[in-house]
Amino acid sequence: MNQLTIALVGNPNTGKSSLFNALAGLHQQVGNYPGVTVEKKVGQVQIEDTSLVLIDVPGTYSLVANSPDEQVAVSVLLGSQPGTTRPDRILCVVDASNLARNLYLVTQVLEMGLPVIVALTMVDVAEQRGLEIDIAGLSEALGVPVVATQPNRKKGIAPLKEALVADLPDAVGVVAFSDLLEQQVEQLASGEKLPAPLQDPFLARRLLLDASGSIAELAGAEMDEDARRALEDARERIEAENPVHGLEPVVRYGWIKQVVDRLVAMPEAAGETSQGRLDRLLTHRISGTLIFIVMMGLLFQAVFSWALPMMEVIDGSFAWLGSTVGNWIPPGALHSLVVDGVIAGVGSVVIFLPQIIILFFFISWLEGCGYMARAAYLMDRLMAGVGLSGRSFIPLLSSFACAIPGIMAARVIKNPRDRLTTILVAPLMSCSARLPVYVLLTAACIPDQRLLGGWLGLQGLVLFSMYVLGVVVAIIVAFILKTTLLKGPTPPFIMELPGFKLPSLVVVSRRMLSQGWDFVRQAGTLIFAVTVLVWAAGYFPHDPQLEAQLRESYQQRFDQLADEGERAELQAELDAAVSGEYLRNSVLGKMGQTIEPFVQPLGWDWKIGISVIASFPAREVVIGTMGVIYNLGGDTDEESATLRDHVRTAHWDGEPDRKVFTIPVALSMMVFFALCAQCASTLVVMKRETQSWRWPLFTFVYMTGIAYLAAMLIYQLASRF
Amino acid sequence: MLTRLARGETGRIKEVLGEDSITIQLMEMGLVPGIDIRRVGSAPLGDPLEFELLGFRLSLRRRESERIILFDD
Repeated sequence: MNQLTIALVGNPNTGKSSLFNALAGLHQQVGNYPGVTVEKKVGQVQIEDTSLVLIDVPGTYSLVANSPDEQVAVSVLLGSQPGTTRPDRILCVVDASNLARNLYLVTQVLEMGLPVIVALTMVDVAEQRGLEIDIAGLSEALGVPVVATQPNRKKGIAPLKEALVADLPDAVGVVAFSDLLEQQVEQLASGEKLPAPLQDPFLARRLLLDASGSIAELAGAEMDEDARRALEDARERIEAENPVHGLEPVVRYGWIKQVVDRLVAMPEAAGETSQGRLDRLLTHRISGTLIFIVMMGLLFQAVFSWALPMMEVIDGSFAWLGSTVGNWIPPGALHSLVVDGVIAGVGSVVIFLPQIIILFFFISWLEGCGYMARAAYLMDRLMAGVGLSGRSFIPLLSSFACAIPGIMAARVIKNPRDRLTTILVAPLMSCSARLPVYVLLTAACIPDQRLLGGWLGLQGLVLFSMYVLGVVVAIIVAFILKTTLLKGPTPPFIMELPGFKLPSLVVVSRRMLSQGWDFVRQAGTLIFAVTVLVWAAGYFPHDPQLEAQLRESYQQRFDQLADEGERAELQAELDAAVSGEYLRNSVLGKMGQTIEPFVQPLGWDWKIGISVIASFPAREVVIGTMGVIYNLGGDTDEESATLRDHVRTAHWDGEPDRKVFTIPVALSMMVFFALCAQCASTLVVMKRETQSWRWPLFTFVYMTGIAYLAAMLIYQLASRF
Repeated sequence: MLTRLARGETGRIKEVLGEDSITIQLMEMGLVPGIDIRRVGSAPLGDPLEFELLGFRLSLRRRESERIILFDD
């Protein structure tokens, strides 16, 4: 049986993913190229007696690579990308409604010396615009088969499949550069000056035309001094006739313009299309801004609130699972490991899934229909203030719900420095897991005062300030990063605003599910390990002596009670006291007592210290830990009136008149939680997205440092009033 | 310069300034001499700008737009 590897290449927003799905159907694997966070999609399809391997190459406008995904695109085509084989044929995906700009890449690909097939997409959009394309003429001009398709309606797929496996000659370049240039290409390609992999007419031409020189590296070749001189000499000879800089686009577009003018009939009077009107509405100063606010409100609401019921179901199921499984296992270390370690650990991973899939559903949908580019356009000026671009806005906004999908969404940012900066400040946005801490502490410690004649509640103001604090610190950190560590030339903002279309639900759902599965598979295992580790620190050494002593001290009180109900109440109090005593004497508890001198400047006692340490894997567990520490048992939530009361009345050990939770302490704790990197999942996802432990480590250190200093500052300041 | 176009106004590109890769990226998007380009509008805060050329919409910051010289400039 024959086997063919076919690469799908095309500009972004051409419907390449839809075509890939229409061709590959269910037989596809999605992953990452090793070492970079660029999505790798490979599909298998059987056509007649040929088995095809389809590679969906990242979208690019040209073979001159300017971003990591464009570099991957070029190296996949050259066969130098690890993990893929060199394609035997190339399928160029071309947006029929945007023919001229799409043909630029096609004319470059034709020169590679491989058989090429062109698939036109968006044929319906072109028709709506009144464009008439002479397809036979286009096929003749390009010298390769051209097939019109409508992937979402499954039209044109059968003829395309036939064309993919038909006997085809290698394509040849159609754009004529000057004789002088062709002569230099010929000399370089046939000479011995260039390293062996570059002795090829296609690569020699690319080397001459693309002054960035990245093509040599992408082809896996190293240019020595001789090769560089030979190239420089050849370029100088061409310069005698014409400057090489900008030569390629001028010559190619010259050819394209003449072909398009000949083969595409434009409508006589081009009135404004419905697409154009929609675009004007969505990018208008006033209506565009209003629609943007509504869209972002909806997105935020979806990730923030719509995920809640699903999260509660997950939470409930794992609690049920814990208690059910718990009943089968006798009390002891194994019981605690399974229930509090394993099941709670898996639960703490799965709980993020609703937010991830909801956000990615929205993002894929907005991207698919062309709105994402408009959102970046509208927000660009605002983000440029801190040296970022409009593309950073949605990842940062999403981070208010949860930094994990936010960091994953930062892949849309093309510039690596901008992307990294966005990822590093995303965890400063107050995520939904911080809210319970804010709610508990404001309700317990901040007086319910009304300000400005009753219009503004003090509690609400404090809550709001925590969100503002995160944003302000993020702005400062982003600015510092962009002027020091991640300093570099401002990347250009050259962004296509694609035509509107209804995205294919299959493509959107696939993307959503693959992001969710990626998270569970790759981040899940590590998060789980961390959770179990913290469980162990909070459980061991677990000396049963402690429990026996406590029970003995309660015995007398039990004897005095006759009423069943009262005895049960006392039993609950005892159970809570036992778990509190175990935690205080665990490795974690001892750590808390050791670090008391460090947390005292923040106004905290050692109990807060333990709760904070225990919440480093996931900040929301602080409520539960505080519940245990203040002898309430583990099943406490922020709405619990008893916990609130206990927090109100808690006092320092041995000093019954000194309350722990004064206003300054509550403020310092909230500020700490607002700024600290207490989320193992975020750090693990950050590692995955930056391909290095350096950045999560950096984030952990800088955020914890800022959190500590800011908490100390607010405590010391607030204590003076 | 491209920035001088009023909303809805069309101009013809004469030259793209600059000797760096940004110039090449602009030209690869179709901003080459002889091409007609229309200003569609600008973002709410005045930057970036939206243009139409070769049948598609493109947004550029003023900074990049200033590299593009039109005929009759």
